[in-house]
Amino acid sequence: MNITVRIWRQHDQTAAGQMVSYRVDGVSPDMSFLEMLDVLNDQLSAAGDDPVAFDHDCREGICGMCSLVINGIAHGPEALTTTCQLYMRHFNDGDTIDIEPWRSASFPILRDLIVDRSALDRIIQAGGYISAPTGSAPDAAATLVPKKDADRAFDAAVCIGCGACIAACPNGSGMLFTGAKANHLGVLPQGQPERHERALAMVNQHDAEGFGGCTQIGECTAVCPVGIPLDMISFLNADVLSALPKENT
Amino acid sequence: MRTGNVAGVRSTAARSSVALHAAMAISGLIMILFLLAHMYGNLKVFEGQQGFDSYAGYLREIGQPLLPYAGALWILRVILLVSVLLHIFSAFTLWHRSRRATAGKGGWRYETTKNRRGVQRSYSSFTMRWGGVIIGLFVIYHLLHLSADVIAPGGASDSPYQRMVNGFQIWWVVLSYVIALIALGFHLRHGIWSAFASLGANKSVATRRFLNQLATVVMLIILVGFLVPPLAIFTGWVS
Repeated sequence: MNITVRIWRQHDQTAAGQMVSYRVDGVSPDMSFLEMLDVLNDQLSAAGDDPVAFDHDCREGICGMCSLVINGIAHGPEALTTTCQLYMRHFNDGDTIDIEPWRSASFPILRDLIVDRSALDRIIQAGGYISAPTGSAPDAAATLVPKKDADRAFDAAVCIGCGACIAACPNGSGMLFTGAKANHLGVLPQGQPERHERALAMVNQHDAEGFGGCTQIGECTAVCPVGIPLDMISFLNADVLSALPKENT
Repeated sequence: MRTGNVAGVRSTAARSSVALHAAMAISGLIMILFLLAHMYGNLKVFEGQQGFDSYAGYLREIGQPLLPYAGALWILRVILLVSVLLHIFSAFTLWHRSRRATAGKGGWRYETTKNRRGVQRSYSSFTMRWGGVIIGLFVIYHLLHLSADVIAPGGASDSPYQRMVNGFQIWWVVLSYVIALIALGFHLRHGIWSAFASLGANKSVATRRFLNQLATVVMLIILVGFLVPPLAIFTGWVS
């Protein structure tokens, strides 16, 4: 396959960026999208140009590092797929593919396609944990968890924190991420004591980071590589609203 | 969990996007209740001039003698006005926040021209803001016409029935009404379901489906209920 890529090149956080076209020849349909970029970078390095900077780590869809908006869709055209698990067979010979970084005022572009997603870490720091005495591991069945709650917690906990929800949201909202992270603790017995305070603290941090509010459009769920459902946001809303009037949390 | 100031956390959360969306939802639902009552009143036009005008008079006599003349109506007007102002204030605050979060470009912040409409968003979901502005402008004109009697297309009258019949015999009065109702239909289609979701009711796929169906049904009832009287007047069925 021979393809043309148009890639956002930006030298550093303060520099102006622009889309630059490159031709990539000899792409195998069995290459992953990132392997195609590796081929491009080999070409660029051989020619003495700067390779394209992009985030990646595990390349098996679990770490949440890869973060490309491909033809305007976060993680590309395939549903439930991270960029690293997207294969070139989903494109056609001769295609022009537009590649851009996550765009959000809270994700400053560090270089080319790499953005700083530490805003998400700070939301976790604000409340995405439980306070528990450490020591030896508790008995496996000491705290019983209903199957329904365990399933729900797992549905939330599969969030890999990639930030595609924010890249796709017309409002630049991080509520799907925040909802998933608050819920995977909030529905478990271990998460109950701090449930309401957690919801308030995480939503406050979400807003303080400059993310927008959720208008229930659902673009986030369409690009989420692990299929976090939209109802995570409603669960978080319910926790925040029920925590607001209380005098003690 | 933390040693921080819990009251501070709560007061910050009271200004969060979650709280503002809840305010939009509650004020929006109050306005929908008003719309249903208003729609019912409009349908009284089929009882003729006496039926319609005496219903308008009755609205001012509710609660008498406990309340003064038009007292109940004014209480409702104040509740409605507060709802409208709260809805608009929240909308503009949230609009500003989402613009700021996307460098002022919203869903158009990518260089590519591909997939500008996103993957699965509905038309109604991304026309809420401008659709709301259209509805707001129409409501101002509508109040000046039929409530305050400031502008009187077709001729002024002391009889509410006569004002309505005079107005809706004119094509552009009917057309502007229909355009506003279409904008309202889209607004309600996304607004009703998302109001419940913002309040925390969207707890499962089945609930989401139900809320979306509810939104469509309420939207259609309001649309048809409001469209019938002006069209009946325009076509001469009511005169």
